[in-house]
This record gives sequence, C-alpha cells and structure tokens, in this order.
Amino acid sequence: MSTSLYTKRRIKNIIAMTLSMFATAIGLLFLAWILWETLSQGIAGLKPQLFTKISAYREEGGLANAMVGSLILNILGILIATPIGVCAGTWLAEYSLRSKLGPTIRFLNDILLSAPSIVLGLFVYTIVVLPSKYLTDGNVTFSGLAGGIALALIALPVIVRTTDEMLRLVPGTLREAALSLGVPQWKLTMQILVRSARSGIVTGILLALARISGETAPLLFTAFGNNFMTFNPLDKMPSLPQIIYEYTKDPSPDINVLAWAGAFVLTMFVLALSLIARFAFRSKVSHD
Amino acid sequence: MTNMNEVASQPGFGTSPHHAGVDLGQVPAKMTVRDLNFYYGEFHALKHIGLDVPEKKVTAIIGPSGCGKSTLLRIFNRIYAIYPGMRAAGEIVLDGENILDPKYSMNRLRSKVGMVFQKPVPFPMTIFENVAYGIRHHERLGRSAMEERVEQALRGAALWDEVKDKLKQSALGLSGGQQQRLCIARGIALKPEVLLLDEPTSALDPIATSRIEQLVEELKKDFTIVIVTHNMQQAARCSDMTAFMYMGELIEFDKTEKIFTKPDKKQTEDYITGRFG
Repeated sequence: MSTSLYTKRRIKNIIAMTLSMFATAIGLLFLAWILWETLSQGIAGLKPQLFTKISAYREEGGLANAMVGSLILNILGILIATPIGVCAGTWLAEYSLRSKLGPTIRFLNDILLSAPSIVLGLFVYTIVVLPSKYLTDGNVTFSGLAGGIALALIALPVIVRTTDEMLRLVPGTLREAALSLGVPQWKLTMQILVRSARSGIVTGILLALARISGETAPLLFTAFGNNFMTFNPLDKMPSLPQIIYEYTKDPSPDINVLAWAGAFVLTMFVLALSLIARFAFRSKVSHD
Repeated sequence: MTNMNEVASQPGFGTSPHHAGVDLGQVPAKMTVRDLNFYYGEFHALKHIGLDVPEKKVTAIIGPSGCGKSTLLRIFNRIYAIYPGMRAAGEIVLDGENILDPKYSMNRLRSKVGMVFQKPVPFPMTIFENVAYGIRHHERLGRSAMEERVEQALRGAALWDEVKDKLKQSALGLSGGQQQRLCIARGIALKPEVLLLDEPTSALDPIATSRIEQLVEELKKDFTIVIVTHNMQQAARCSDMTAFMYMGELIEFDKTEKIFTKPDKKQTEDYITGRFG
C-alpha cells in the first residue's frame, strides 16, 4: 500500500518537475533568442567606432554620445530617486505603523510603479520643460536634467518598494533588542536596520537602474535627444534607447545595424546590472 | 531601595485578592507589581497581577503557552510600547518609582532593566561593537575604558575566552549559544539592575543551555533576574522563586522549592506534574 502511495507521489513529482522545467525553458529560450538576435544583427556594427564616434556622423559614426548621455541621465535619475526613495521606504517600514497614511502611500506607490512611462514623461514635460521658457527668452528648453527627473519618477517607486520590503524582512526581534538597550528609534533605524537591509536596498537601486536604462518614452519630451556629445545636463541630451528607436526607423541598412549594435550593448548592460544585483543579494543571504 | 516592610505599609499593597505576598525572609523586593492589567486591543491578557520580585535572586515565570508569561516580562521594560494597541494599567514599582508612569524616562528604564530574547539577535557588526553599542549610547568612554568595559561584560557572560582573539570579526559568525551569551554580555554591559530573560535557551542545544544556566547562577550575584521559561526543570534548577501563570492570571507565587514539592493550588500541581499544558 505504501509502495503504491510512493509511486503516485513520484509520478506527481515528475509531472510537476517537467512542467516547471518546461516553463523555465520557455523563459530562457526567449532570453537567449533576444541576445542571439541582437548580437547576430548588430555584430557588423560592433566596431571600435561604436564607442568612440558620435551619431552626428551617421553611417560613419557611432553611439558614443548616446552612451555618455544615457550614463548621465541614469546617474541623474538614480541620484534624485535614491535619497527620496530610501527615506520614503524607511518611513513606510518603520514609522507608519501607527498612521493611516502608511497603507495609502503604499497603495499610491504601487500605482506609480505601474504608471505608463510616457505619462510620466508628459508630466515632467509640463512641470519642468514648459515652465523653462520663463527662464529663457521664451524658448522651451529640453534638457538632460528634465530627462533625469522623468527617469527618477520611474525609479522612485521601485526603490520605495524594495526599501520598504527589505526593512520589513528584518526580524522584529532585532528592533526589540536594540530598543531594549535604550537606543532611540532613529539610531536603531540608521545604524542597525538599514545596515541589516543594506544589500537588499542596494539590489533595489540596481534593479531600478536596470529598469530606467531601457526607458525611451519618458525621454522623448524631456531630454529630447542630440546628435552631438554633451556633458551639460541643461543641454538636450541623447540616450541609447532613444537612438535605437530612431535608427530602427531609418531607411539605411547601415544605420539599422548600428541600432542593433546599440541594442546589444544596452541588453548586456542591463543583464550585467541584474547579475550584480543578484550577486549582492545572494551574498546577503549566505551572511545570515 | 524599597524593602518588604515599606512596600507592605504602602497603600494598595495586598488589596488585590490575586496579590501573592510571600515572605522572602530578609530579601528586599527589587520590583513590586501591583494590580497589573494588560490589554492587547480589546483582549484582556493579564488580570490583576501582583508579585514582589526579590533583589539579586532568580525569579522564574512558568505556565502553558499563551498564559501571559512573556507578556508580563515584556512590561517590565515596557518593550511592548513599541507596538500600537497595547496598554498596561496598574503599577510596577522599581526602586520606589512606578515605571508605568509615562513620565518615567524610557532611556533610564532600559538602562536599569536589560533584556535577553528567545532567539539570539546579534547586531550586524563586530563582536566588540555589539557590546560597545549600547554602552556608547548611555556613556561617553575613552578607548581604553571602553575596551575594559567590553572585556568585563564578555567575561561576565562567560564568553571572553572564546572570542578574545576575534573581537573584530562579525558577530554573525558565532554559534547560537555564543550569540546568546553575546546578547547577555550586551545586556549586562549597561550595568542594569534587573535582567529579563525571555526563554533564553529555547533555541539552544543542551550543552549551550547548561552553560547559560550556570551563567544565570553567576549573574544573580550582581543582578536581579527574571526568567520566563517553558522548561519546568530549568525553573526548578536555576530559580529561587517561581511564579505559575495560567490564562492571564498569576495562580501561585512562592519559593521554587515549595512550588515544585507542595504547591498550594491544585492547578499548579496539575501543571508541574504534567497533567496539562
């Protein structure tokens, strides 16, 4: 009797394992396919000039300005979103316990998390780009800064959410242990809780970075794009996703190849970030 | 310092039928609980508790799960106050002052009453910093004075010999038993007067448990100890006084020897002989 029960369970186990491995294989297949497709289509464009020349030279050029622009935009976005996001997440996890505001903010944050990025782009266009004409001689000024703000709005809810969740994963006994020493709440939060949850919070920031580095829509009305190299955040700024978007629509096949090469570089960058985030998170788990 | 006679002469003493006034001989009471009630929201978790915790003795609180023993312990340093919806009414007099008075400084209370929890909870920092952390919050000490205090605390917790060569290493690398002794060191480093132990050995193996029990025996020379335990043998082995609680009430409080040999109440006898719980 027990043998037949065992056989039944084994069969169920095999079925469940097969299904989950099949599902995993589908996911991995598409990832490999995407990497293969971008690599095979873009390999012709993966030349040194891709990293050294700017897009103003068209077919003879590269994407150096777009890469630099993307880097600046992403750094701006993360620099703006991180302090606000970490503070808000900390407040949600540690201080909103007695307040009705906490669940409300968590809910609104989840809405922001799924807000269409083009809407956030338009929002920043309205509150940052349009008013800039009062500072200039009446010209509307697109800028890297506006792009950075738009990206920050996308990164913000991700950082708030991960900070909140990572802090709530810290066992309550650790809070009690510190408070039972007479340590005040702010010291507990800054010196013990944030330290325990640090790698999780950093992972969240890296994931937010991975998320915004692929965004095109919010940059269309904010950073606008630029075929020249610029380091000035108040200038129109090019970005990798946006140039990929424009180059794929171009009739010239040589330009299309550059778009594929850019897509490959971008995918590898996001993949690398995810792996780093993953690695940081794993080192935290083994630490416990 | 409040002694028994003074306590007895104060109004309110013994007015509750549940107050377990016990002759402690010449031992003064360090902490006196009077008509203590505790509520988790609407739930009346502790009902009219009254007892005297004798100074520099080990007082054990036993009882079945959910009887309120941990709840009682967690009122002694008001750690319950970090959660919303919890309320304590009544008096707990420590050195002549009611610690439940909102005016009683939390900082002062927690430097006088230390606590060790069920699971060892080292902070994510070095062994040295774990002990120094609490001290640094309450006192300004120079480098050598701090090193001395940390060593003293680690010796007091019988951990010094095992960690003296790795003070700069993360406390998370210690074994469970060592982590728990580190938590005791962290608690006694503040030189509290009362030390609360909330099932301190329930997550430890038998060898680590017996080390902690020996340590409790040592610690009572300097501290008044209240220990909550699930393990009746542990209460019998290492306490001087035992309180038996059931369903939020203090059923009986007496010398440990008496509780375990000839308790007055039927419920106590049933519990210690294993008839329920």
